[in-house]
Amino acid sequence: MNHDNNQHVHPEVHVTHGGHHVEHDGDGHHHHKETFLTKYIFSQDHKTIAKQFLITGMIWAIVGGLMSVLFRLQLGYPDQSFEILETFFGRWAPGGQINPEFYYALITMHGTILVFFVLTGGLSGTFANLLIPLQVGARDMASPLMNMLSYWFFMLSSLIMLASLFVQTGPASGGWTAYPPLSALAQASEGSKIGMDLWIVSMAMFVVMGLLGNLNYIATILNMRTKGMTMTRMPLTIWALFFTAILGVLSFPVLLSGFILLLFDRNLGTSFYLSDIYVKGQILPNEGGSAILYQHLFWFLGHPEVYIIILPAMGLVSEVMSVNSRKPIFGYMAMVGSLFAITVLAFLVWAHHMFVSGMSPFLGSFFVLLTLLIAIPSAIKVFNWITTIWRGNIRFTPAMLFAIGFVSLFISGGLTGIFLGNSTIDIHVHDTYFVIAHFHIVMGVSAFFGMFAGVYHWYPKMYGRYLNNTLGYLHFWVTLVGAYLIFWPMHYMGLAGVPRRYLDFRLWTSFNQFDNLNKFISIVTIIVFAVQLMFVFNFFYSIWKGRKVRSQNPWNATTLEWTTPIRPGHGNWPGEIPEVHRWAYDYSKDGRDFIPQTEPVNPDETKH
Amino acid sequence: MSSNTWIVIALILGFIITFQIAKASEYVAVLRGEDKTRKENNRINAFLLLAFLVLGLIGVWWCNEELKGKILGEAASDHGERIDTMLYITIAITGIVFFITQILLFWFAYKYQEKENRKAFFFPHNNKLELIWTVIPAITLTILVGFGLYYWFQITGEAPKNSQVVEVTGKQFGWEFRYPGVDGVLGKKYYKNIDEAASNPLGQIWDDKANRDDIYVSQEVHVVVNKPVKLVIYAKDVIHDVGLVHFRMKMDAVPGIPTTMWFTPKFTTKEMKEKYGPDFNYEISCDQMCGSGHFSMRGTVVVETQEEFDRWMASKTPQYIAALQAQRAAQPVPTPTSTIDTVKTPVASGQPQEFSK
Repeated sequence: MNHDNNQHVHPEVHVTHGGHHVEHDGDGHHHHKETFLTKYIFSQDHKTIAKQFLITGMIWAIVGGLMSVLFRLQLGYPDQSFEILETFFGRWAPGGQINPEFYYALITMHGTILVFFVLTGGLSGTFANLLIPLQVGARDMASPLMNMLSYWFFMLSSLIMLASLFVQTGPASGGWTAYPPLSALAQASEGSKIGMDLWIVSMAMFVVMGLLGNLNYIATILNMRTKGMTMTRMPLTIWALFFTAILGVLSFPVLLSGFILLLFDRNLGTSFYLSDIYVKGQILPNEGGSAILYQHLFWFLGHPEVYIIILPAMGLVSEVMSVNSRKPIFGYMAMVGSLFAITVLAFLVWAHHMFVSGMSPFLGSFFVLLTLLIAIPSAIKVFNWITTIWRGNIRFTPAMLFAIGFVSLFISGGLTGIFLGNSTIDIHVHDTYFVIAHFHIVMGVSAFFGMFAGVYHWYPKMYGRYLNNTLGYLHFWVTLVGAYLIFWPMHYMGLAGVPRRYLDFRLWTSFNQFDNLNKFISIVTIIVFAVQLMFVFNFFYSIWKGRKVRSQNPWNATTLEWTTPIRPGHGNWPGEIPEVHRWAYDYSKDGRDFIPQTEPVNPDETKH
Repeated sequence: MSSNTWIVIALILGFIITFQIAKASEYVAVLRGEDKTRKENNRINAFLLLAFLVLGLIGVWWCNEELKGKILGEAASDHGERIDTMLYITIAITGIVFFITQILLFWFAYKYQEKENRKAFFFPHNNKLELIWTVIPAITLTILVGFGLYYWFQITGEAPKNSQVVEVTGKQFGWEFRYPGVDGVLGKKYYKNIDEAASNPLGQIWDDKANRDDIYVSQEVHVVVNKPVKLVIYAKDVIHDVGLVHFRMKMDAVPGIPTTMWFTPKFTTKEMKEKYGPDFNYEISCDQMCGSGHFSMRGTVVVETQEEFDRWMASKTPQYIAALQAQRAAQPVPTPTSTIDTVKTPVASGQPQEFSK
């Protein structure tokens, strides 16, 4: 945007930016009217906003993760009582045993928090903000003010959701998908009382956050690339974040409309989703609504949502893999093309969540076809990642290990998607542990791995320090092994037909054969959770005490963010924004370890 | 002190020790030369990746050995057999892909770890390779879609004419069933007629003569072995799901939108008890989140021979009789010609949806 406005050179640089005046000196030290409040709280600097998203996301991840530890206690030890639970949760865990309402509130909030607040807000919020301006060569987002508002809507949404945890009747407890009539009828469940209204309002704020952020990301990528940064020279991270933003812009409004109709059904007596209901001895007047309508509206976002979660992770992993293999990403155009294909198909597969909802089997057959089609771009990506490390010279930084772990998990979880997408098999494994195993591996843990790869890799850019490596390696190995130990055996439970969302199997003769397995999974969950806390500790400790970054380009990477100072100020480059002359993946070309994007093309260079 | 406290103390200690080691290793790295330490870490992690692959594959085999006996035995319905066949085809194909890709991934990671004298190979793209791994998955998936849809249409197609029709209604938190009685027709019902006190739990319209022989039972449903059974599925309050794990069948119960499914049970409950032990029962599980009692929403299916079924059915009286008795109890002097109060509204939800082709 402003690269021709900066006549001044280091160290006294004036950067005209978004209509106000910022000065930097050589150390990136700000000495104008910036107060603590404008620098750290109501900051419009995309890098600060990225950190705000990340840290808010991390806090949510701890809360959401802790919830999973609590319900795993119930699942592993349904007959045992834990006094400590009663101490903390009182009437929700009488005698130290989790009551059903509490259990369902826990799983509902675990899902909501992890899917939306951590893996959407925390993942694309963080990396879109951090990387888009830095990697396309912009001083900030197209609208820093909207960007700031986006974060504060996230905060508002978070606070409402947090408040819902403390209301008398408890938070929403109808599952993260909140299907009506259960979610629409206060009589049907404790969690469908005020907790559900708060849930809907919080999610509405979340959609506002998404729109403000995503429109900004798209505008920045399309309009604010530095000179020479054509679309096909952009790093794959930016492509992935671009498609993620498009998915969000097009699908979140549909979710919002679904939620608003639900709010109407709950509070204004409308019958969008309600018909023929006799609940708790009461005949409701509503007729003519369709509970299935909600499922269509929900999954029209709900399915793209899983790609909103996984695409940024794919982008981060592609970048980290290429840098640490010292090789260009294999098949750049195929990678972009497959991201595009996934984006388009993401809108055409939603009803595969509804094969057994009574939907027409004829309609279902189209969704089988379209769903399995997604396996093709996914396969291309996997083979391209594998070819990227083939004949590389691989450095196993913690980021690189998480990237490899991501690919392994994405393969494992992706293949089970082929089972679920095929309606014939889905009849049997629908809503069983097979589904839990599938989506936790392919979008839960994988997306976390992508996020960890991103955090370890770009931490030096965020804080000018490194994370502790030893803790990083420990974090990786325990998490990888733990994730497989937790979720792999769950496929077997799913094949046995064990239903999701059951807190006790002792009543059943068909599902009670996995007692020992459930205990084992619960123990591993606790260990893995403890190691995540260690990561959080490493994160905060290293902000102040980590090993300092001494080189401007610590990973010898080609992309633009490593041409900024070690601790860039607002505006990113003290001088002019560098011009770009080549794509982002010239590694090991013509005998050189890497060629930065800013280096003009030498006429003797080999073409590719 | 309770064991909880000890666990917390142990965790905190573990934390501190790990952190101190991690911190120390950073200082050691600086002392020994960061580059040297980095290279050593690289070798260790490369080796661990290979070890993970080998141990992981052993783990996959071991997990299968441990658990394969605990997943359900033979499918107990004709549709279940088709679903199992599809499952095995998919396991075979995805299994091959799984082993190839995981082995390549970890083997390459190990083999191409950083070495002094190694130069990475500049290999930005190769159209032929990319075409191969677009076309092969496309063909494989076509096969899977083909088989899948072939079975899918068999399973979801029209139920045979001779099917036994049973109506299933899910409610928080239990199951109710209705048989059409001797006339073979389920009478009309309307949810506003539901009145537990008047012994009309399903809201049957007594003016409809087809209702007067309908049999109502709850929690346990009986069906005949080797005879197709068609379930017409309703829900009273929220969405439920009729999960029949041994038959491998599942269908949501949605308030206001009736659904159907059909299958043919292959083994009687007695045969299954002989095979899997006396505790065996065909259980109906609710497979769609329906509130705090979801996990306990259990019903049972009894599969029996035609004679046994007929005997059982003969022991049942139509719900209409119960409703009449309830009415008499409420009104001590009944007018002989009056029937039960009915709301004379047509069935709002219409006929069950049936999908074919």
